[in-house]
Amino acid sequence: MKILVAYKRVVDFNVRIQVKPDGSGVASEGVKLSPNPFDDIALEAALRLREQGIAEEVIIATIAPADAQPHLRNGLAMGANRAIHVVSAEPVQPLAAARALLKLVEKEQPGLVILGKQAIDDDCSQTGQMLAALWDRPQATFASKLEVADGKATVTREVDAGLETIEVDLPAVITTDLRLNEPRFIKLPDIMKAKAKPIETVELASLGVAHGGEISNTNYAPPAKRSRGVMVKDVAELVALLQQKGLA
Amino acid sequence: MSKVLIIAEHLNGQLNTATARCVTCARALQPEAIDVLVLSDAPAAVAAQAAKLDGVSKVLNVARAENAHPLAAVLAPQIAAAARSGAYTHLLLPSTTFGKDVAPRAAALLGVGQVSDIMSVTGPHTFTRPIYAGNAIVTVETPSDALVVGTVRTASWPAMGEGANTAPVEALPVDAVLPTHTRFVGLQQASSERPDLQSAAKVVSGGRGVGSKENFEIIYKLADKLHAAAGASRAAVDAGYCPNDMQVGQTGKIIAPELYIAIGISGAIQHLTGIKDAGTIVAINKDGDAPIYEVADIGLVGDLFKLVPELEAAL
Repeated sequence: MKILVAYKRVVDFNVRIQVKPDGSGVASEGVKLSPNPFDDIALEAALRLREQGIAEEVIIATIAPADAQPHLRNGLAMGANRAIHVVSAEPVQPLAAARALLKLVEKEQPGLVILGKQAIDDDCSQTGQMLAALWDRPQATFASKLEVADGKATVTREVDAGLETIEVDLPAVITTDLRLNEPRFIKLPDIMKAKAKPIETVELASLGVAHGGEISNTNYAPPAKRSRGVMVKDVAELVALLQQKGLA
Repeated sequence: MSKVLIIAEHLNGQLNTATARCVTCARALQPEAIDVLVLSDAPAAVAAQAAKLDGVSKVLNVARAENAHPLAAVLAPQIAAAARSGAYTHLLLPSTTFGKDVAPRAAALLGVGQVSDIMSVTGPHTFTRPIYAGNAIVTVETPSDALVVGTVRTASWPAMGEGANTAPVEALPVDAVLPTHTRFVGLQQASSERPDLQSAAKVVSGGRGVGSKENFEIIYKLADKLHAAAGASRAAVDAGYCPNDMQVGQTGKIIAPELYIAIGISGAIQHLTGIKDAGTIVAINKDGDAPIYEVADIGLVGDLFKLVPELEAAL
């Protein structure tokens, strides 16, 4: 079985985001970029299934501008067998990403597609679900536990009410939550080895992805700020303030 | 004029309050009608609760055995069919794990994009939503000729109350082939006597500073004294001090209680994202320079193991 992992490049989670003064976007010049943390978890999950002998090949795919090759090398160094770089100068929305991933799925015929549950830039949490819908296959989102056997995946999902377990027939789409695993660190020899691994490049336009349903981002603004409040010196003062506000 | 269809979230015959928040968001669209769709094996009790919400025009029931559990692959084709048949302009779900699972699947079946986490409505096709863990707010515009599918950021919208409304309840015939490739196995519910974290008026949360699972008892004790829900930072959950479903923040629960007490929480940006709509934020931490104090309305610096029991006794 092959596993396809969607591997997005995002602004590193430690970067303090600045909205451009003209509201046209967020400042991206010289900002550190990293793999989406949830996608690292997705890749780790795929690598573990390969190590268990359940999968033979792990393919990472990204939709990104031409300069994203080092990003893919990073995923290859972590252990993916090969990479597919769908080149798009402009960022794509979840629906377009799902349509593009479907094209890759039709070509590669993976038994599992694993994605992060959300990307930490647009925080949409949509692409996996949309891919599953377009592919007409099961989805198991927000996975915190994953077992694959006999053509089925048993997935524990982190839902608001607690932990839900579902069983899905393969092929299926899984999206990963934080606690599915802890991604491995990349070792120097793996970085050297990754240089020899294949990266297939394909233009987004050449995939023949359907258009329509696009949403446009018209303005960016900084969030409303909460102002710093008062400091109290002891519990008595705190309780008095809470009582004043009718909260205690 | 807009016509809105809201998908009810429910569990064990109880309507989730997130649905009432969706109704408030829907009313901001000034629509001609707001219908609520209840997909269940036994929808009657949930439908009766939805029919009381102010502003609801009609409640539509789809009673099928396959709807006993909220499986996205099973629900989405029925939702898409209902959205198509009713000439709706907007399809709304709450931005809970339920809504986030189902809405994109329904949107893709309908061939449209989806707006996540609607914070405000500025027009029938114009909304604001948070990105980058709430560090930027983007205004989005959806195509004016297409159905809008959105999830509603529950912390941004108060729950619509139950008034004198008695909306009619009707059965909706839905012609959809349902898959059998996805099967419910079980739900392990957090057994807590405390209020639900997402709808509680008061929340007491602990962070890494609490130090251990055993020490978390002081968080629970204070929560119980205040009739509050108990929450936690990611650091505390990662350290194993408390269960995952207590996590508040970008990747956990986004909440807006009247009172939020953060204990031993330094205030990582991802945590602050989850609490910025709280009414009053109280911070108790030993480090007076912690970022949590930049957003706290009331700050107290000191040893939480001394201060928290003192606070509990004083209330």
